Amino acid sequence: MNHSRRKAIKTGGGVLAMLFAAGVIGPEMALAQGLGESAFSMKTLAEAMRAVGAQSPATSDAIVIKAPSIAENGAVVPVSIESRLPGTESITLLVEKNPTPLVASFGIPAGTEGNISTRVKMGQTSDVYALVKADGKFFMAKQEIKITLGGCGG
Amino acid sequence: MNRREFLGTLAAAAACGAPLGAARAQVTQALYDLPKFGNVSLLHFTDCHAQLLPVHFREPSANIGVGEAAGRLPHLVGEHLLRSAGIAPGTAEAHAFTALDFAAAAKRYGRVGGFAHLATLVKRLRATRPGALLLDGGDTWQGSATSLWTRGQDMIDACQLLGVDLMTAHWEFTYGDKRVLEAVKSLGRTEFLAQNVKTADFGDPVFKPYVIREMNGVPVAVIGQAFPYTPIANPRYFVPEWTFGIQEAELQKIVEEVRAKGVRAVVLLSHNGMDVDVKLAGRVRGIDAILGGHTHDGVPVPVIVNNAGGRTVVTNAGSNGKFLGVLDLEVKTGGVVDFRYRLLPVFANLLPADAQMQALIERVRAPFKARLEEPLAVSEGLLYRRGNFNGTFDQLILDALMTEKGAEIGFSPGFRWGTTLLPGQTILREHLMDQTAITYPSVTLNELTGTEIKAILEDVCDNLFNPDPYLQQGGDMVRVGGMTYTCDPNAVIGKRISDLRLGGKALEADKRYKVVGWAPVAEGVRGEPAWDVVERYLKDRKTITPRALNVPKLIGMEKNQGLM
Repeated sequence: MNHSRRKAIKTGGGVLAMLFAAGVIGPEMALAQGLGESAFSMKTLAEAMRAVGAQSPATSDAIVIKAPSIAENGAVVPVSIESRLPGTESITLLVEKNPTPLVASFGIPAGTEGNISTRVKMGQTSDVYALVKADGKFFMAKQEIKITLGGCGG
Repeated sequence: MNRREFLGTLAAAAACGAPLGAARAQVTQALYDLPKFGNVSLLHFTDCHAQLLPVHFREPSANIGVGEAAGRLPHLVGEHLLRSAGIAPGTAEAHAFTALDFAAAAKRYGRVGGFAHLATLVKRLRATRPGALLLDGGDTWQGSATSLWTRGQDMIDACQLLGVDLMTAHWEFTYGDKRVLEAVKSLGRTEFLAQNVKTADFGDPVFKPYVIREMNGVPVAVIGQAFPYTPIANPRYFVPEWTFGIQEAELQKIVEEVRAKGVRAVVLLSHNGMDVDVKLAGRVRGIDAILGGHTHDGVPVPVIVNNAGGRTVVTNAGSNGKFLGVLDLEVKTGGVVDFRYRLLPVFANLLPADAQMQALIERVRAPFKARLEEPLAVSEGLLYRRGNFNGTFDQLILDALMTEKGAEIGFSPGFRWGTTLLPGQTILREHLMDQTAITYPSVTLNELTGTEIKAILEDVCDNLFNPDPYLQQGGDMVRVGGMTYTCDPNAVIGKRISDLRLGGKALEADKRYKVVGWAPVAEGVRGEPAWDVVERYLKDRKTITPRALNVPKLIGMEKNQGLM
């Protein structure tokens, strides 16, 4: 285990918290790109996609979702999205079966690697969508994450 | 005449009154004198579930495969399995690999497994295969009274004496992260390997992912793969800071890393389960062999899977100490060129007990002997667990829980461990513990609506019959007492379970029913341990009549070769 890295990140937690508080990162990023708060209250995937500005985005192999096929804990499901599309401007994460599917949207400033990681809460098995805006156009990838009651293992 | 035909002839000769001693010696020789092959040998046992003594273990009569897995190994049972593997019916091997005529065959061929007999076989094979590695696929520290009461220490000591070189794990984790870490430090010659266990915060590896060992001048990498769904199938609170999963991409990276270091063979010691291993073998390049476990499939012939990098040999070595897998590889400068694989049944009557191991087992049992061997009742029928939907021992547990707790419906987990008792055998306390010895044994009583009951059955059934192996957890269907239902394994989740009835009357969606269960995975659930509740029931009755097995009506399974 990398103890020095762990310690550094723990120490750095205060700085990160300050950045959150100052609105440098976090949901405000989404607002800065023009996503109204209402986008986060949309009840269906189609509505949420529309609110983000994506009209039937094309599926792209250049978007890689890293997430478990079965969630170990539905309350905190780790999801990472990598966009290898040139000119990536934003990465948006949606969980289709959540009451409000839009979970997070990250603005990717020019010259930044399109790689985000977060944790989402899920109550039931659902497709998870990664929506990427690159050079003004929307692309997507999706993966199913299964939520199960557990138990009864071999 | 090939070896298998020879064995069949011997069995027939023995049946016709040929001198037993001579026939036995010949059978022993034919079974266990494996001609040496190649320059790298791996001995593999898995899922022994802490069975130090020889046992009976009935293989499943229901092991249904769906989707691509239908009609292929490991989803073949009974005569279908014998035909596919070329094993003659009515032989010792046929008994080892199937449930055919189980009680009679068990009397004829005697008990299987036991660490003292396994030790003899390991020594015998090591004598002809210098440098061979002994691999333990996990589920070793759990499954018996003594393993539970010593928190796995009896098995750790036995495995040290057996000479286990490498191991991976699953049920070991149910002793909690602290116990596992402390035990791993005390393993001496044994390396504990798991490439797919990471810290939940930063994804740091918790255990060593692989080792490189040289055998007869050939560098070989063995990578460990723990059970990917440990925090889901078992309580997550035992390992709250660790994350598991199949972690295919990381595995591919490790394979490339060890290849770059110049290894000439790569082996995965896996607790994925056979279907997961077969899928993984088709997707990950550069693994020569997967020595697998978890699903308890005693697969006599390996499955060869082609992938972009070549081919991968996939095996599964059964459970309960019944089998020892022997993989011999012929490795040249360019890599593996040929192989031989045998899954040897460990017949206690054919392999004398190793004295040192026998002494260790007696030492382990001594402080508990009276408690272990207390008789609880006599069973008139065959008691077994393994099978997709129910086993007679699970039926007995359900009957006991429902009676003792006054519930109309009972649920019991679809575990695949648990030994078998023959008709007329006395149920000792340790036999009951063989079915219940877990670290979360609480019995629970809940009021569930018809809708909730259906949702639970659908959820568990999807973990068994989802056509994508990566979404299967390797357990069997929850055993159901009191109510009946119909199951369509080929349907999708939400549509597999239908016609749920209690006393012939359809379950009502909103009505609440009293449901007893045990082994809750949620934290903080209190209740009497299952073994105490069942023990009370057994002692009250003294004689246990043959159980009426409650199994669902199946749809679309008429031709499935996973049923006999």
